[in-house]
Amino acid sequence: MDPFLTSRIVTDILGGLTNGVSFGMVALSLVLIWRSTGVLNFAQGAMPMFATYVGFALLSYHFGYWACVVACIIAGLLIGGLTERLLVRGLYGKPEINPIVVMVGFLIVLEAVAAAIWSSTPRSIPSPFSSIHWQLAGKPFALSPFTVYEIASALLVMAAVAALFRFTKLGLQLRASALAPEVSRLLGVRVGRLLTLGWMLSTVVGVITTILVASNFFTGLTPQVMDGIFAYGFIAAAIGGLESPVGAIIAGVVLGVVNQFVTDYVNQNAVIIIALAILIVSLMIRPSGVFTKSTQRRV
Amino acid sequence: MITIEDLTVSFGAVQALRNVSMIAETGKITAVLGANGAGKTTLLRAISGLKEPKRGTIRMGERNLVHRRTEDIARLGIGHVPEGRGVIGEFTVEENLRLGAMMAKVNLQKGLEEQYEQFPVLGERRKQHAAKLSGGERQMLAMARALIAKPSVLLLDEPSLGLAPLVTAQLMHTIHSLCESSDLTVILVEQNASSALRIAHHAVVLHVGRVVANDDASVVAADENLRQYYLGLVE
Repeated sequence: MDPFLTSRIVTDILGGLTNGVSFGMVALSLVLIWRSTGVLNFAQGAMPMFATYVGFALLSYHFGYWACVVACIIAGLLIGGLTERLLVRGLYGKPEINPIVVMVGFLIVLEAVAAAIWSSTPRSIPSPFSSIHWQLAGKPFALSPFTVYEIASALLVMAAVAALFRFTKLGLQLRASALAPEVSRLLGVRVGRLLTLGWMLSTVVGVITTILVASNFFTGLTPQVMDGIFAYGFIAAAIGGLESPVGAIIAGVVLGVVNQFVTDYVNQNAVIIIALAILIVSLMIRPSGVFTKSTQRRV
Repeated sequence: MITIEDLTVSFGAVQALRNVSMIAETGKITAVLGANGAGKTTLLRAISGLKEPKRGTIRMGERNLVHRRTEDIARLGIGHVPEGRGVIGEFTVEENLRLGAMMAKVNLQKGLEEQYEQFPVLGERRKQHAAKLSGGERQMLAMARALIAKPSVLLLDEPSLGLAPLVTAQLMHTIHSLCESSDLTVILVEQNASSALRIAHHAVVLHVGRVVANDDASVVAADENLRQYYLGLVE
């Protein structure tokens, strides 16, 4: 077997890719909400976390992993929809700081309520796939059945979101509502419903990310499970450009790979410093984000 | 037919329209004329439900449009081409048209073919982003997007704004032809009074939110006082 596949570089790239898709998914969910409603959702990690707790509560009733995943997605749809209707709708058109403050407050409330109901002790989520890395010619390879499941699921979600926006009538209406709400209404598009749907979709993307992260044998589910990933997802979205779904995903994946190399070759404590340095430099060069046209709204 | 009675629209303490009454008859072009700030755009926005009136009624046939949502009014068959055209620059020509056809129960392919026949340049540029079209082409796209849904009423807000005289003349000819070949009711808001009066059947002149003239277009066009004081048409 080619020793290149088990080399340090390939191991770092594949390990970084695994983390990077999570960052990319969080960044994508942030971009979905920003593009459709102009709100920077700081509770984008906490809302899916709460939905995942609700869904996996079914484990206590002897439901299997996949049934719990479906329950998580349903809970995510409800939480996303209700949040938009009850909490966010009144904030549209208000100064941008208003929704930020409200969503930071919502993040704190959700984490506190989750800790009060389910405790802060990591809750083990039974993974459907083994986390033991494959061996190639007696040497450990960077991938395991679980990481393949993680990457494949993330790619599937990204492809589904891209197809939704690119090829469906619903996607066309979602894009139109985000880009030109008044014109969309003049054409008969029910913009209010689509805004709710945008939040529901975005929360579901977050829920799938949370499930993948929490199903990892080494992580488990805690009220703060998404805090760190949200931070990197936010950095990725800012680097890629909050207007660009593709940019957010690419920036997330690249950030994951860079983090892995920094961890391996420098120091784990340097990871956040390097990530923030990349963010600052990229914003100095391209304030609107690397993949966003400069004429669009600035990050 | 659109019937407006005693319509008053306010922005805070400022009344943009005061007790406006008018009728736009089926199959006819009604021009709404006046200087900047006369309330022309506000009138169209009130009809479309974008601005809630303070008082008065707006009826389409027997249906009252007041208090209805904009999207519901659009689904009743009122197409509104807003000031500045409102095409979505990030969408291709065809995506803009598909969006227009989506809410109306029309055959998309047939609708596209009809619009490409009416506005051939749009057919040639169907895959191009709307942001890359010229001002005249954007106006055509905005009109085609409204027309593809087969509206019974078309509201046009300053279609000639920023267009060259030749393009404006072509546009007015197109509006006139559309009206001649169907039962389309057109309410045409224009600052370019002479162009609008040439094709309109009826004209309403607004001045600071009030109706100062409401008559046949030929009568308004011939009224020297109106031409001089309200329409800025000096020989």
